Amino acid sequence: MSKKVSRRKFLTYMLGGTAGFLGAGLLFPMVRFAVDPVLKKGGKVEFVDVNLPVSEITETPRAVEFKIFRKDGWYQSEDGETMTAWVMKDPRQELGIVAFSPICKHLGCTVDWESNPQFKNEFFCPCHFGRYTKDGINVPGTPPTAPLDKYELQVKDGRLLIGPIAQA
Amino acid sequence: MLRAIYDWVDERLDITPIWRDVADHEVPEHVNPAHHFSAFIYCFGGLTFFVVVIQILSGMFLALYYVPDIVNAHASVNYLQNELAMGAIVRGMHHWGASVAIVMLFLHTLRVFFTGSYKHPREFNWVIGILIFAVMVGLGFTGYLLPWDNKAYFATKVGVEIAAAVPWIGPYIAAFLQGGDIVGAVTLERFFALHVFFLPALLFILLAVHFILIRRQGISGPL
Repeated sequence: MSKKVSRRKFLTYMLGGTAGFLGAGLLFPMVRFAVDPVLKKGGKVEFVDVNLPVSEITETPRAVEFKIFRKDGWYQSEDGETMTAWVMKDPRQELGIVAFSPICKHLGCTVDWESNPQFKNEFFCPCHFGRYTKDGINVPGTPPTAPLDKYELQVKDGRLLIGPIAQA
Repeated sequence: MLRAIYDWVDERLDITPIWRDVADHEVPEHVNPAHHFSAFIYCFGGLTFFVVVIQILSGMFLALYYVPDIVNAHASVNYLQNELAMGAIVRGMHHWGASVAIVMLFLHTLRVFFTGSYKHPREFNWVIGILIFAVMVGLGFTGYLLPWDNKAYFATKVGVEIAAAVPWIGPYIAAFLQGGDIVGAVTLERFFALHVFFLPALLFILLAVHFILIRRQGISGPL
């Protein structure tokens, strides 16, 4: 059968086990408390009427600002957070419209349309010179590794509604 | 496996003497509850330290969410207690542990007093112990304000007014504690700083001296 466990070994195991049990009982609530944000699911994002008649959308990207309301821990801004979408016509899309998120796919800075005079007809990110074509496709050889995100869109009564980021 | 890792480290760093020095010390018969059950009174010092460890840990975790600011303090406490998993438990540990720590500390003081352990040659450690008591009460007083609710606010007002009653220097103490003319924004911030930086640092130093002196002088003899 198995090896004999000496009295000293047995007592050491009992002591270690008891200490481990006490320690785990102490630490578990604190660690669970600390990692709660990791385990929490994000809130649902509603579609927002951005006060833009679809008829006014052109081929040229246009920065559309809208407000979203979400709770950040215990804090909720009464005025909401201002978000931006670059909206333009795109016949390839279901609604004939596309709205790009301005968040650079490199490291999260904010892109702008034609903000660098060197790069006409492109989205440009000033942080590390990331570039995207008008279709939101990242220009090869610049830092971003993926195209700009698109927002989910709806059209109601001829007006544009912007929702969450579309999942690819 | 563990044994092999330990041996590998020990061979290079010779760590055994370090923990041996901490772990191996004489426990005289008269303080061992296995011999005389009434010796459990000698556990209160260790229990106080155990509760202090819980306070330090739970306090560190509470600081992940707490904000020492008059607009957000109460909201952040409400959030961490009611909207986070185990929040009520972690805050409960800190809340109840604070009282238990003072109770244990007081029982330890009574034991030392009634066994005469404060006498020659241990007078220094008695004085260190009293300083620890003062720091612990200071931690309790400063921590009480942090939830920034009505109880916290008025307890601190009363405490500051008591301090202000000290002859001559009272008003200066009150102004120092408040950081201004009222119990307000500055008071909350400085109580927070005292509670999490200044007083714990002082406590660690005093505890280290307390423990070193015990090891130097040994446990006092039986009655």
